Amino acid sequence: MMPLRRFAIHRPADLGEAAEMLDHYGDTGTLYAGGTELLLAMRHDLLRYEHLIDIKAVAGLDRVERRDGHLYIGAGATHRTIERSAVCRELLPVMSEMEANVANVRVRATGTLGGNLCFAEPHSDPATLLLALDGTARAQGKSGERMLSMDELLAGAYENSLAQDEVLTGVDVPLPGPSQRNAYLKFQVHERPLLGLALSLELDDGGDIREARCAIGCVSPTPCRSEAAESLLAGPADSVEQRLQEAAAALADEAALTDDREGSAEYKRHLIGVLLHRAARKCLNRDG
Amino acid sequence: MSKDRPALVELRFELNGKDVAVECEPQQTLSEVLRGRLNLTGAKISCEVQVCGACTVLVDALPVSSCTYLAYEAQGRSVTTIEGLEGRDRTLHPIQQCFIDEFAFQCGFCTPGMILSAKALLDDNPDPTDDEIIHHMDGNLCRCTGYVPILKAIRKAAAVMKEARG
Repeated sequence: MMPLRRFAIHRPADLGEAAEMLDHYGDTGTLYAGGTELLLAMRHDLLRYEHLIDIKAVAGLDRVERRDGHLYIGAGATHRTIERSAVCRELLPVMSEMEANVANVRVRATGTLGGNLCFAEPHSDPATLLLALDGTARAQGKSGERMLSMDELLAGAYENSLAQDEVLTGVDVPLPGPSQRNAYLKFQVHERPLLGLALSLELDDGGDIREARCAIGCVSPTPCRSEAAESLLAGPADSVEQRLQEAAAALADEAALTDDREGSAEYKRHLIGVLLHRAARKCLNRDG
Repeated sequence: MSKDRPALVELRFELNGKDVAVECEPQQTLSEVLRGRLNLTGAKISCEVQVCGACTVLVDALPVSSCTYLAYEAQGRSVTTIEGLEGRDRTLHPIQQCFIDEFAFQCGFCTPGMILSAKALLDDNPDPTDDEIIHHMDGNLCRCTGYVPILKAIRKAAAVMKEARG
């Protein structure tokens, strides 16, 4: 294969300088973190940049810590860092478990959460889970900071909605209370998942479901939720269990499934049902 | 488009226990520098999309895909390749020996990556379960052996290394 085309690497001292560089280089420059997606696309000549701005040069972007009612995960934290973070394991174990299964051990050692979200690969595991967990992205630009929901950040396949000068600095994930149950499951045959499904249930004292959030990824340009599915997933646990197939159908409808080389729309629809049943059983402790 | 050549990187890092200095261009990968400049051809190039693991080397004890890892990232770090595993007395590393003993390779193309990935595991988790070995090795592909001998070799290497520690 061809070597990578020439580029220069720049090391900003702080976020302000990174924003200046992004603005200055425009379309010829981009942020570079772990490179686990960017360099592959550049190697295949799908993307060309003359300037890579190494955001790892900015200190402190890899923190994972508790802040008020949130778990803050810095955009520069690698999948491995998040997987092994004691505070993440304690406060948001579903995130650690998901990260422990992203791609492979080499990608986890270098790839970052921020890079993953900004690259907006439709098969992203973190994006799907963070959508269900209602994570909020923090973006810092020349004129200040703004907060974006996952829906707002992920604009399309391989497309984020950050402005030219904006840097994703981290994600705030609301800390689950004692009545919240979360699960992330995926099905995978090749190197990327064919389906990811995240389920977050808020239970009441009797074990019934007060509120549900559910997201599926890999089967649409960006991960998606379905209002219809989420209302079917709320209510007395026994009746929700009766409605799982209906909820899965609503999710599949929302995703507008297509036949592609990963599988037929019918097959993906079937998998959504299988993973939703498994996730619900896990959240409701029905696995014995 | 700018015609300027990007500045060369004066790269200094520890390679298999020895300090090395080499000039490279920012877009050069670690495998290009290792194979093309430093004549260490143990890291093999195959998929070039971080899927197969044939190019695995360790950087600060963590496995990376050297085919798509910029050499620039190795600045000031410690890099281990398959060439650096044998002992001072030229004896093979226990993982290398166990791969031979258990017939854990045929063509050998994936083997350097397999062994380095296994080393990263055993240095971090000296007594892994089979599930942990399989989970860790999931991103290293082999087209010959069927994986079972590889699992056996790593299991055996863990026991040998444990015994050597006493």
